[in-house]
Amino acid sequence: MELISSWLAPFMKRRLSLFGLIVLISVIFAALLAPFITPYDPLAMDPIGRLQTPNWQHWFGTDHFGRDTLSRVLYGARLALLIGTGVVGFAMATGVPIGVLSVLFPRIGNVLMRMVDLMMAFPALLLALGLIVILGQGVTNAILAIGVVYLTTTARITYSVALRLKAETFVEAGRSMGAGTWWLATRHIIPNLVSPLLVQASFVFAFAQLGAASLDFLGLGAPPDIPSWGNMLAESRRYITRAPWLLFFPGAMIVLTAFSLNLVGDALRDRLDPRFRDELANKGKP
Amino acid sequence: MLYNILTSYAMRRTGAAAVTMAAASVIIFAFIHLIPGDPTYVILGDGATPEQAEALRIKMGLDKPIFVQYVTWALNVIQGDLGNSLFFQAPVLEIIADGAETSLLLAGLTMIWVILIGIPIGMLAATRQGTTVDQTASGLAMFFASVPTFWVGLYLILIFAAWLGWLPSSGYPSIFEEGGLTNLRYLLLPSLALAAPNAALILRLTRASMLDVARQDYVRTARAKGIRPWQVTTRHIFRNALLAVVAAFGFTLAGLISEAVVTETVFALPGIGRLVVQSILRRDYPVIQGVILIIVMLYLVINLCVDLINRYLDPRVELE
Repeated sequence: MELISSWLAPFMKRRLSLFGLIVLISVIFAALLAPFITPYDPLAMDPIGRLQTPNWQHWFGTDHFGRDTLSRVLYGARLALLIGTGVVGFAMATGVPIGVLSVLFPRIGNVLMRMVDLMMAFPALLLALGLIVILGQGVTNAILAIGVVYLTTTARITYSVALRLKAETFVEAGRSMGAGTWWLATRHIIPNLVSPLLVQASFVFAFAQLGAASLDFLGLGAPPDIPSWGNMLAESRRYITRAPWLLFFPGAMIVLTAFSLNLVGDALRDRLDPRFRDELANKGKP
Repeated sequence: MLYNILTSYAMRRTGAAAVTMAAASVIIFAFIHLIPGDPTYVILGDGATPEQAEALRIKMGLDKPIFVQYVTWALNVIQGDLGNSLFFQAPVLEIIADGAETSLLLAGLTMIWVILIGIPIGMLAATRQGTTVDQTASGLAMFFASVPTFWVGLYLILIFAAWLGWLPSSGYPSIFEEGGLTNLRYLLLPSLALAAPNAALILRLTRASMLDVARQDYVRTARAKGIRPWQVTTRHIFRNALLAVVAAFGFTLAGLISEAVVTETVFALPGIGRLVVQSILRRDYPVIQGVILIIVMLYLVINLCVDLINRYLDPRVELE
């Protein structure tokens, strides 16, 4: 209980952060409960009821196939959540070991971190696009492509935080008492990485939303039959003057989700040990 | 003495950039080979005859060891030969050069917005730390950092092109054609859309950097000496805070190159960004490879310049 309240404290102090947390929880609920709370089938077409303005039957209006925008937006939350967790999961599962190993074994580390630096020589979206060309389109490949981009930043941050930890007195004390590398890594370094990485994860989650939306918008992300927010924007683009509300809802969802994640990340960072704040100040973005 | 340190730093920094470029070129070379399928068909397209494929195989030296292939390719690249586009049947370098004017002007205009919006408002927020002005500016900055550029772009088109009719919604005729510099109005909305998240980033950075410098001892000394507050802000704090901001220009500009892919698609601008997207959809792999090469090169040169400028501004800067 004390642990939970200590994590909630930064949210209680700032109302904007609390707003972010609430939006985020709502998006997660929307994603999980989509089949039960959507008023219509997100794929059901209605040629007669095309491009309806928001009304009592269709709160968010209907698109050019007469599909209910509210239902599609709610289902879009599923893909947003899938992409976010997928990218964060991939970036953490690859970036953290690379960062930790590089600190523990400086010889391998030199090579590994040089390779990470090399990957950072490719601008983010361009790297993702290049990977999409090699891997092909699709949701999984979009996750992989964006995941590789954030692998680099995650590895960099893990490396710099772990390097600081390695120089701390308690790690030195552990070593002088005869602790092995494995013991130091699992008992001293990795537990202390959790908070900074949680902050990093919320920023990566936010950037993954924007990256995936960009890929979808370019027609290189999720297949067009999947109701994702980026796909919805790409489709409604042609009806921009006739049905401007179609642009509003999916876009607003992307913004709300990414904005909330940034707010939550900021609040968590303020809770963080001040020594690590510099590491996370501006390195979330490649 | 200073001159010596400076040049030796410049030499080492340039050397490091050259090594990175060489290593990156290996990855970019490998790109064509990583695409599933026979590289000759990848390059010629699926419609190629076996004879054409065989001819290209010999021309590219695909029968030779991969190392020899790389060296041949790299030597061609150094001489400006990036291969031929499958779609246009023309040298890749020419096609990229055609899009350069649009992309460079777009990046330039965007940087002007980023500097004009980000730095002054960031300064204002820092000097009024904790006030409503600061909270509004910081909140808006975080909001715009979370907005997809294409969404901003679509709304700018809707408001300023479709509803008000003040500005064109798409395309860009060269400034060397009819209309001259007035053609820049075509880039006004795209540059604003692209500037939004980047100005937000620079705003946050300027603010954070100003607050950081304001805590330094020499600022307290300046205040204690009785220098006017605005002079302390402009001469002591801002000048030093600018170092971190200039350093950020590098990755901002690089981010621009990347995000321009989306912006150029929204506004149908004939730039390098839209060329990439179209080439991916056309499976025009040599063009994709060429663009990646040029952009990575540009990115490294920009970062090199930024580092050298920073070293000139602050000689304490050392190589990582």
